[in-house]
Amino acid sequence: MALPIYASPLERLWHYVYLVLCGLIFFFLIAPILVIIPLSFNAEPYFTFTQKMLTFDPEGYSTRWYENLLTFGMLEPGAARDGNWWSDVWQNAAWVKAAKNSVIIGFFSTILATSLGTLAALGLSRPEMPYQKAIMAILISPMIVPIIITATGLFFFYSATGLANSYLGVVLAHATLGIPFVIITVTATLSGFDRSLLRASANLGAGPVRTFFKVQLPLITPGVVSGALFAFVTSFDEVVVVLFIGSHEQQTIPRQMWNGIREQISPSILAVATLLVIISIALLTTVELLRRRSERLRGMSPT
Amino acid sequence: MADTAAQMQTGIAGALRTPDGRPLKQALAQAERRARIRAFLLVLPLLAFVLLTFIIPIGQMLSRSVLNDTFSANMPALTQWFSENPDAEPNEAAFEALVTDLRAARENRTQGAVGTRINYEVPGTRSLFTSTARRVDGLEPPFREAVLDVDKGWERRDLWAAMRSAAKPVTLNFYQAAVDRKITPDGQFARADEQNRIYVTLFMRTFVLSIVITGLCLILGFPVAHLLAVLPMRKASLLLILVLLPFWTSLLVRTTSWMVLLQGQGVINNTLVGLGILGDDNRLAMMYNQTGTIIAMTHILLPFMILPLYSVMKTIPPSYARAARSLGATSWTTFRRIYVPQTVPGIGAGAILVFILAVGYYITPALVGGATGTLISNQIAFHMLSSLNWSLAAALAAMLLAAVLVLYWVYDRIVGIDNMKLG
Amino acid sequence: MKKTLILTTALTGLAFAASAQEVTVMSWGGAYTKSQVEAYHKPFTAETGIKVNSVDADNPATPIKAQVEAGNITVDVADIELADAVRLCDEGLLEVIDHSALPPAPDGTPATEDFLPAGMVSDCAVPSIVWSTIVAYNTNNVQGTPTTLADFFDTTAFPGKRGARKDPTALLEMALVADGVPADQVYDTLGTDAGVDRAFAKLDTIKSDIVWWEAGAQPPQLLADGEVVMTTAYNGRIFNAQVTENQPFGIIWDGQILDFDLFVIPKGAPNKEEALKFISFATDTQRLADQAAWISYGPARKSSAPFVGLFNDGKTEMGPHMPTAPENLKTALANDFEFWADRKVELTERFNAWLLQ
Repeated sequence: MALPIYASPLERLWHYVYLVLCGLIFFFLIAPILVIIPLSFNAEPYFTFTQKMLTFDPEGYSTRWYENLLTFGMLEPGAARDGNWWSDVWQNAAWVKAAKNSVIIGFFSTILATSLGTLAALGLSRPEMPYQKAIMAILISPMIVPIIITATGLFFFYSATGLANSYLGVVLAHATLGIPFVIITVTATLSGFDRSLLRASANLGAGPVRTFFKVQLPLITPGVVSGALFAFVTSFDEVVVVLFIGSHEQQTIPRQMWNGIREQISPSILAVATLLVIISIALLTTVELLRRRSERLRGMSPT
Repeated sequence: MADTAAQMQTGIAGALRTPDGRPLKQALAQAERRARIRAFLLVLPLLAFVLLTFIIPIGQMLSRSVLNDTFSANMPALTQWFSENPDAEPNEAAFEALVTDLRAARENRTQGAVGTRINYEVPGTRSLFTSTARRVDGLEPPFREAVLDVDKGWERRDLWAAMRSAAKPVTLNFYQAAVDRKITPDGQFARADEQNRIYVTLFMRTFVLSIVITGLCLILGFPVAHLLAVLPMRKASLLLILVLLPFWTSLLVRTTSWMVLLQGQGVINNTLVGLGILGDDNRLAMMYNQTGTIIAMTHILLPFMILPLYSVMKTIPPSYARAARSLGATSWTTFRRIYVPQTVPGIGAGAILVFILAVGYYITPALVGGATGTLISNQIAFHMLSSLNWSLAAALAAMLLAAVLVLYWVYDRIVGIDNMKLG
Repeated sequence: MKKTLILTTALTGLAFAASAQEVTVMSWGGAYTKSQVEAYHKPFTAETGIKVNSVDADNPATPIKAQVEAGNITVDVADIELADAVRLCDEGLLEVIDHSALPPAPDGTPATEDFLPAGMVSDCAVPSIVWSTIVAYNTNNVQGTPTTLADFFDTTAFPGKRGARKDPTALLEMALVADGVPADQVYDTLGTDAGVDRAFAKLDTIKSDIVWWEAGAQPPQLLADGEVVMTTAYNGRIFNAQVTENQPFGIIWDGQILDFDLFVIPKGAPNKEEALKFISFATDTQRLADQAAWISYGPARKSSAPFVGLFNDGKTEMGPHMPTAPENLKTALANDFEFWADRKVELTERFNAWLLQ
């Protein structure tokens, strides 16, 4: 953003003040997320930068909190690190168990949300869809309704139907929460979709199924995948519903974190948080690449 | 018959027919209907799924706010006395019914549940039920004197008014409680005692804090969105990542970060003390109060303000501002009169979205809010998980949900749900 | 050798999975749960082959009540306070446990006579420990040495934040004691409206300085982090932080409030048989004494006392750290379970309204 040459000195001054302000706001956005990364390598159990850390003394840093993630909950944390030790980690370490649960629940709820959501988005984006707005409003509502209300409703419903304290219950609930994201991203992709391609395909003799798989799906795949990633993150990050309807069997990473934070924020929590930030960066990059690919495919803005 | 009418009305069009001999208009209508059904069938599985796993459970939960049969189910004799004597003062027959019910309640161990139900209406009366039930087996007629001998509290008229009210399984009592009303000794409704007046305050606090957070998000989000909109695409998309990363980062992670930053021995306080700006004894209390809730929630919701603002600002052509300047407007006037009005749709979209999300927040206030920084969601959770007053939780939830749905409707009118964007 | 050990553990692990016998025990988390895992769960599994799932809650009485009322019970055994045990038993939410079927003391004294009589008032519960709510302080951060409950409420002489459990039990009593009510009149005073007002008025004087905690593991953490200089706490948690983490904590025994923790079985528990087995195993003379090697809570059986010795570090004598040590009992107050069983719901409601004002 260049200053126009006719800018007055006051305007010039304001321009730089403005840039500094924006810099500070970006700092406010990003610093809290990044600050936990170095702190998770703190050799001391404190949440501040020790003198040794500030002088980059290697002694001030350690990976003990990451190791703690593996050993916490193990039967024999002190044993020799051979195959048995690792199988102990795999079977008993609390955080590893939580990670397994998070991935399993996230995977199945994503599959469910994405398949149902994509199908519905295809219907919703057809011009002949009846009650389009009202139905859309209902399908997006899980994103808008306060999570505590959703969790409360599910608690009673699942207790009465026997779905409470089961993986199936949590998967269904997380799928419901992920659906709005799938709907929004897929309909957004479809809104840029050129429907004459469908007619062209039909003209060339393809049936509706073949048209869908050969013409429509390849073009909307980026949108579907970003929707799926959103749905996965929603499940991967969700704690309130799991707290209400899951038992100790369905201990997920956020739930384990929630317990940890409420009792004591040990630096182990920061180690988990750091790992989660890295996962978010990976997911964000994927979504950004997909978005650009989708725009290229549809011949939109060439960024 | 309908065919003939259609043919007569449409004249020439009616003469056009499809190869199999049907009128074209009819065939078209049928094809359109089929297309509509096909479109609807695609949506149907998901709609059924959402109805079953979301709408019905919530509806069922909300019905608890008006349905509560704890009293009528466990105190049948007294319930019957109330329905047979709509206006009578409690007489010997009423006390006899009370004793009958308390004996049965002691047998079934339900006196605690009944007492808890009445205690919601008249605080401090649960122990009346439990302690009287413990001695109920030894009571002899006349029951009125016998019961009053056990506890004088049974004379209270507000207690009898509350029992009469609770004997109806369909009740609005919990909504009255949710707006701080109580039953007076003459059976009327009035404002609750000052020490029990909390929900109106809490709703107000939730709305005020949400407005403050929305305002802060707007103040912080506006310049950033503007910068992103006017920068060249390549630079803008790099900076946009700084906005999207928090958006993709786990809520618990962000809340944890703020706890690490804000606590008494946290990064901010330690830095300020280390730099000599603060004395070691005057560390700032930024957590376990409203300040903590406001700071953390502003950070967490800021991307929801920036993204809609940015998408609107991107479409504003710079030529209007240039025209205004060339017509002699100062840069401030141009900004105020030309630029800001064009961003209003973005401001509306962002502000409503942030506000809707803020009024329903639970996790962050629970962790950093302490006693003064918690919101209505936390109180709903409290009644769900701790006090187990599920009907009151449902009533509070219904009121919160109503507010959110009104905002959702406004959002749909102003922005359109189908225009919601994620990154 | 170690390999064979691991192998056998793995094999027995498989055997458990095959028999699928298990029992889910809900307790208070942190150092206390750890003491139970070491003293009860591990030996129980080794002896019976029944797997023990350990689950934590801030106060197990609340979730089990919610579970039974919602008809969705996952917990087989819960560890709860005496007043809650009496209250939930009155409400029909707990299974009745036959006290005479519990194992006798080594000398043959029947269980009904061996347990401390004050803990045996509910036929739904079996007492395990005597514990107390105390005030603890961090010697590094507090100015001077607080010695009485009045000091906890005196922010002029002892400036700094206070921690307190977000619950009226024990706190209201402490407020009255600090306000000058003699210990033997505390519950009579609290039984009147004026007495309750007086307790809240005393709490009002430090309300703005209080950081509220809910889980028992929080107070030692708040003290260690310097978030508060003094806090109410469960005595065993403070002891463990003193001894195992060398934290510079002190305990004010003045006005400590004694209570029992008891094992109960929620009505409709999925593994009731195993739950009963677990409770009789865990509350025998030796196990109760073993637990005292992991945390400073007194066993609820008279016959366990001679077996209480050193902490698991092998050098700390447990006796003086117990809430029941004669030195600590001088001004102690025993929790009046009848008062709290009747009044807890009402006073909790008042307390929460007060919190939000």
